[in-house]
Amino acid sequence: MTSYLEVRSLSKRFGDFTALDDISLDIVEGEFVCFLGPSGCGKTTLLRAIAGLDPQTSGTIRQKGRDVSALPPAQRDFGIVFQSYALFPNLKVTDNVGYGLVSRRQSRAEITRRVDELLTLVGLPDAGPKYPAQLSGGQQQRVALARALATSPSLLLLDEPLSALDARVRLRLRHEIKALQRRLGVTTIMVTHDQEEALTMADRIVVMNQGAIEQVGSPQEIYRRPTTAFVADFVGSMNFLAGRLAAPDRVEIGGLGFTCPAQDGLAAGTSVRLCIRPEDVRVRDLPADAVNRVVVEVAELDFVGAFCRATLRLGSGGDVALVADFSSNLIRDLGVTPGSRLDVALPPDRLRVFAA
Amino acid sequence: MSLAAPVLRIGLSRDDLLMRAGVTLLALVLLLILGLPLWALLSKGFEDSDGHFVGVANYVAYFSTPALFSSALNSFEVAAVSTAIVIPLAFLYAYALTRTVLPFKWLFQGISLIPIFAPSLLPGLSLVYLFGTQGFFKALIGGSIYGFKGIVIAQVFYCFPHAVLILTTALATADARLYEAAEVLGASRRRVFFTVTLPGAKYGLISAAMVVFTLVITDFGIAKVIGGNFNVLATDVYKQVIGQQNFSMGAVIGMVLLAPAALAFAIDRLVQRKQVALLTARAVPLVPKPKPGRDAFYTLFCVVVSLGILGILGTAVWGSLIKYWPYNLSLTWANYDFATFDANGWDSYYNSLRMAAGAAVAGTALMFVGAWLNEKTGGFGAVRGLVQLLTFLPMAVPGLVLGLGYIFFFNAPWNPLNFLYATMAILIVNTVAHFYTVGHLTATTALKQIDPEFESVSASLKVSVWRTFLRVTAPICLPTILDIAIYLFVNAMTTVSSVIFLYAPDTKLASVAALNIEEAGTTAAAAALCVVIVVTSASVKALHLVADRFLLGRLQAWRRR
Repeated sequence: MTSYLEVRSLSKRFGDFTALDDISLDIVEGEFVCFLGPSGCGKTTLLRAIAGLDPQTSGTIRQKGRDVSALPPAQRDFGIVFQSYALFPNLKVTDNVGYGLVSRRQSRAEITRRVDELLTLVGLPDAGPKYPAQLSGGQQQRVALARALATSPSLLLLDEPLSALDARVRLRLRHEIKALQRRLGVTTIMVTHDQEEALTMADRIVVMNQGAIEQVGSPQEIYRRPTTAFVADFVGSMNFLAGRLAAPDRVEIGGLGFTCPAQDGLAAGTSVRLCIRPEDVRVRDLPADAVNRVVVEVAELDFVGAFCRATLRLGSGGDVALVADFSSNLIRDLGVTPGSRLDVALPPDRLRVFAA
Repeated sequence: MSLAAPVLRIGLSRDDLLMRAGVTLLALVLLLILGLPLWALLSKGFEDSDGHFVGVANYVAYFSTPALFSSALNSFEVAAVSTAIVIPLAFLYAYALTRTVLPFKWLFQGISLIPIFAPSLLPGLSLVYLFGTQGFFKALIGGSIYGFKGIVIAQVFYCFPHAVLILTTALATADARLYEAAEVLGASRRRVFFTVTLPGAKYGLISAAMVVFTLVITDFGIAKVIGGNFNVLATDVYKQVIGQQNFSMGAVIGMVLLAPAALAFAIDRLVQRKQVALLTARAVPLVPKPKPGRDAFYTLFCVVVSLGILGILGTAVWGSLIKYWPYNLSLTWANYDFATFDANGWDSYYNSLRMAAGAAVAGTALMFVGAWLNEKTGGFGAVRGLVQLLTFLPMAVPGLVLGLGYIFFFNAPWNPLNFLYATMAILIVNTVAHFYTVGHLTATTALKQIDPEFESVSASLKVSVWRTFLRVTAPICLPTILDIAIYLFVNAMTTVSSVIFLYAPDTKLASVAALNIEEAGTTAAAAALCVVIVVTSASVKALHLVADRFLLGRLQAWRRR
């Protein structure tokens, strides 16, 4: 696959501060990519550099084979939706959506048709004669989307488009935006700090931290096989158990040994952290010879709604804490209560090991 | 390796280039109407009357002539005392407006603003009527009103609204939760005042004090009318330049006048920078609850102050309608037949109208477009910084000093622009320059409140920034644009200090004519002309309020939810 957008060695510095540090990235045509990271990680800076709004200090950007690195935003091909939507408050929805069409010398009838088409596309066929202030946040967001798509850009940039909305609307719009993007096949980059948003919407996620890319991969890859401790920690919940690498595929923690995927890069004896997600701790149907089987004591049970989050104690002195998510069924069936003892297993294929 | 990578030079779009050209042009215009005249003034102070460089000789002469130097001390004393009186009065008044339950709050608010619409010589004239040699209450004052006392009383009237406006803003931004917290913790009212109210208004108080101090020290009209033999810097400049044609000494005094004004301005800016950090967006606005005793006290206070303001204005109105003060108190319109007192007659009033309208239109356009250019142009830091600096200059420069600079700069034989001298155009240019700071700041504040991504969106849609300016930015800012225009109009109507050096016989302004008429000894006609100015500027303001409410309400339907 040839890449639609090629980012090479992109850096941006503000004085001594490095906002983007030697970023290289390829994006395929029609892909939905999320830039995910904590605030200040450089994800918005990268998006604005791609748009040309805040140009990089060095490095190149090629779009459809064309070097756009030094072009002002007006000469690049993209549509953008901001967190604030930046709708023109004094213009009706129709004029907002048609804003980019008017200067393209299209006839009035053509513009009207296109605007109607776009408003229908985003599910607001009747909003045309209203002013932005008369719309709800979710509706404003869709108008902003329609405006960004009006000129049929081949690249759509979304800068935290959902974070100003309340939770319910946000959930619905996630699906709508994703469906719309699939239908139009427009290459899309979305910046977000919300991992759930990234996991549900993206084809590929770019996890960023301190101006650098930590990992690029599909949502499943990012979640199942985080390649750095940062990604493991930032995306989803994760147990970090401090231990020592006894053999390439064995970690010792508090006197207990666990089998893990073979670690080639780490020397035996290295201090490591063994990682497992709370939902990957197995309890039911454990075969007698299950690998990594341990007896634990349930120290705490926190009711979280759909499931319970259990804090388990293991190791010789019970000094290692492990968090596990148990379904309500499981708790009822096995009669799990604080203080009870359980047999659990940590499946080796769900374990990740990082140097401490 | 990234260090070795070549630093990227981003291309500029046509819009970027045009905007940079615009900012450059703005910088040149500001240099021309502010920077160079002040430079001309500065260098004049180092020349003798024939234009030869004499170093600091003029300054030495100034500081070693007690008659001249004493004026500086007088100015300082008057400004300090006036500030000390105005600030507590204005604070109580603003407190009443923002923190108590007053009946007819809008009325008290309106009355406190009246002095803004009057030329500064109006309170001087009223005091002459009340306490002058033939005044009604001459006995009350103990000694002559001409001099220190008169100046201070008139200045208190003249500066009051400026202090009230600043302090009202400072007190209005209180966070109700701070008061609730103090109350819950059982703090006494006294303690709440000293630990919450006063610290919250601290910056407003300092700012108001600096503004009042500057207004007093740079004002010319009041000292001219009621100063008598009590010389201050502003009248000294006038005497040196107009009376003795000693331009070099005038320039020196102008520079001396500049020092305290610039200092006060610097303090004010420093304080305002801190103020920004104090405001939180999440504050809950404080809504005063009725409290009979307190409310009664503040109502009484506001009534007394308002009566004082109305009394001074009323005296001028009445005086202008009296046949021959104090001997024949029958009413007449004769004093409004200005042709009897001044060769220009009513023409000076029409000149004022033309000048004010011209300054309002040209000034608003320049200030708003200029602020927009400076705010929205990317990069180009050096030139934008220069513009920023130049826009702040007028606030620190007294009008009299600027006017003097204009003589030196625009009247110079080498200046290709000297055809402007003694025209209506130069009065307009000078007025726009003199009031540039407030207009520019108002526009900048409004522009900063608009979503900064409008230009980014336009760029992504391939729409030029100019189109977005005309279709979105300017319409959104329409109320602000009107505010600036009205501010310029009112100030152009009432200003005396800056234009006094610049008018020609056929471009004489009403405020200047009033001063001339008063100088010739006809107080009643001078008062009449002042009344005409007050009525005009107050009517324009009233019209503005009506327009704001009805016309804009219709044009800005998009603001409604």
